[in-house]
Amino acid sequence: MSLENLELFEVFVRSARGLDHKHAGSLHAVDHEHALEYARDVYTRRSEGVSIWVVKSRDICSSQEDDSDSFFDPSDDKPYRHATYFPLPKEVGNM
Amino acid sequence: MTTATTELKQDLIDYAARLGDDAIVLGHRLSEWTSKGPFLEEDIALSNVALDYIGRARMYYTYAAELSGNGKTEDDFAYLRDERQFQNHLINELPRGDFAYTIARQLFLDVYHTHYLAALKNTTDETLAAIAAKGIKETRYHLRRSTDWTLRLGDGTAESHQRMQTAIDDLWGYTHEIFEHDELEQRLIEAGVAVDASSFKAQWLADVKAVLEEATLTVPDAEWAVRGGREGYHTENLGHLLTEMQFLHRAYPNSKW
Repeated sequence: MSLENLELFEVFVRSARGLDHKHAGSLHAVDHEHALEYARDVYTRRSEGVSIWVVKSRDICSSQEDDSDSFFDPSDDKPYRHATYFPLPKEVGNM
Repeated sequence: MTTATTELKQDLIDYAARLGDDAIVLGHRLSEWTSKGPFLEEDIALSNVALDYIGRARMYYTYAAELSGNGKTEDDFAYLRDERQFQNHLINELPRGDFAYTIARQLFLDVYHTHYLAALKNTTDETLAAIAAKGIKETRYHLRRSTDWTLRLGDGTAESHQRMQTAIDDLWGYTHEIFEHDELEQRLIEAGVAVDASSFKAQWLADVKAVLEEATLTVPDAEWAVRGGREGYHTENLGHLLTEMQFLHRAYPNSKW
């Protein structure tokens, strides 16, 4: 079978209960069910996971390199958005 | 020890070894796909299934070796017996064929093992029951794969449909043997140890039929049947398989990784 019949999927694996799903990689498959099975074989064969998500790569909307200026640069000069600038009241203790 | 229990113990050794033979021969056949799969993901998936079978063979052989005593190990069963001593069902040793052939065989055997291992879980023998309990989880996943692929290929293109149908027709005559048993297994069935596969043949047929029909494939009504595996009579394919599988161990006895 050639890859042209297959779609690209992104795989997210949760390694343990209570943790987030993390991006593990991508793979080719026919459909979602198929992708889930391959994800199990390719990314959890050394018992890395307790839950798997698969998403068609083309369904992911991604920011572009060109967007960097308008997306990310404006936050560079706004350090007051970091919580470190706020003194913590003694009563709070460690946070 | 009385003669009756001695005989039953030898029966049990043979039975465990037979189940090991089925598993290792099929596992080896599947492992032949490693690095030759149709694409990367399927290559890994098939290799995983092969490993499941080889792992299962090790458990059966280890048990047979334990019962045998005399310092025997799983390797004696896997690597130091010749063709006539292997008692696997013939369907396991047939060449891997094309991808459709491999999938058709897996479908037949995955449905079979789903019933077989479910029954073996209830055996009076604790070790075999434990092996079955582990195996059935793997097999349920294998069946999911082989069912999916059968539907995809059977109901796919004209070529994939044709290849699936050819594979099913070619394999059909080898599916009868897996439901039969000889006197040895009959004794163990009566003792509550072995599985009587004939008890779920109708269910197997219904399960397989359901998948094949959904995949627009035709269930063969051919009468031919090939037998002999449990007696050590094999097709010409097993000798070649053993040559490759046993070469390393025989050339370098007891070598370690």
